[in-house]
Amino acid sequence: MTEAEVWKALAGVPDPEIPVISVVDLGVVRAVRVEDGHVHVEFTPTFLGCPALEAMRSQMAERIAELGAEPEVEVVLDDSWSTDRITPEGREKLRRAGFAPPTPRSPEGPQLVQLQANGFRCPYCGSRETTLENIFGPTPCRSLRYCRDCRQPFEQFKTI
Amino acid sequence: MQARAELLLEIADDELILGWRDSEWTGVAPLLEEDVAFSSIAQNEIGHARALYELAARDLGTSADELAFDRRPEEYRCSELVDRRLPEWERTIARHVLYERADAERLERLKASEDDEVAGLAAKIDREEAYHRLHAEMWHERLKEEPRYRAALEELRPLVDRRDGHSPDLTALWEEMTSVRRSQPAGTTW
Repeated sequence: MTEAEVWKALAGVPDPEIPVISVVDLGVVRAVRVEDGHVHVEFTPTFLGCPALEAMRSQMAERIAELGAEPEVEVVLDDSWSTDRITPEGREKLRRAGFAPPTPRSPEGPQLVQLQANGFRCPYCGSRETTLENIFGPTPCRSLRYCRDCRQPFEQFKTI
Repeated sequence: MQARAELLLEIADDELILGWRDSEWTGVAPLLEEDVAFSSIAQNEIGHARALYELAARDLGTSADELAFDRRPEEYRCSELVDRRLPEWERTIARHVLYERADAERLERLKASEDDEVAGLAAKIDREEAYHRLHAEMWHERLKEEPRYRAALEELRPLVDRRDGHSPDLTALWEEMTSVRRSQPAGTTW
């Protein structure tokens, strides 16, 4: 078995809460190592309180087992994951599903004045005439915004 | 107990108990947006507690659940700031502001730690806490001239660094938090 085969299998594991995007699109698979029938995967959680983490971890282990290998999914609790690791394909899949993808991370982190300003694009009509409704949303990774042009509320991925 | 585990437990207990307190606003906050905000913040804090307990559990040869739920209330090392039940909005916001400010300083110190595991986890937690700080400071701006809010800040400020004892509120919370777990033999799965 090759590492490429493992990556391909993992690309078929959806995020349980946003199934349009895979764990590979999300950028949470940091490394894959194949050694003597064992597959070692380094997995970096998105938000630490995200209930999808356990499901992602067990589904990755299942897919690897289906390839006939012994899975070892190591959870890496450092800050190596950020929303900048979501792939361009992943961002496009999010946008098509009605979630505004995260903006690029700035060195000083999120600022209220930026969140309250225009510049966040509506995933439905593309307008930048959007307002912040709530920093927090239905899951830890999302904020709520409203588009003044198409009058549609939408979910904006938080930048972390 | 090892110094690292002791430090991790202190922070984990703060985040776990604060997470429970924040969740008490689910469904009853003065604004729908705040129902969502405090529920989401609670979820994050409990997620941070879990990661911190897992690291401490590895040092101590136990599990995160045992550390979180199988100790006696008097063994928790959390600040007195988080153990109080605060059913008044202005006191909750005052606690939120005081906690997030103190936590930001603590995370800055931990991020500079020579222990890579501690520094890495602190940096990860800090990325999420940045949003809690924005929310806390937004409310501080809104309420800062309100006498009730200012009085709450003065009342609660001395509790931030008090960790020698707990109010009876913590025992009541502990009873609730651990009741399901205590009702069944250890290791029961649902």
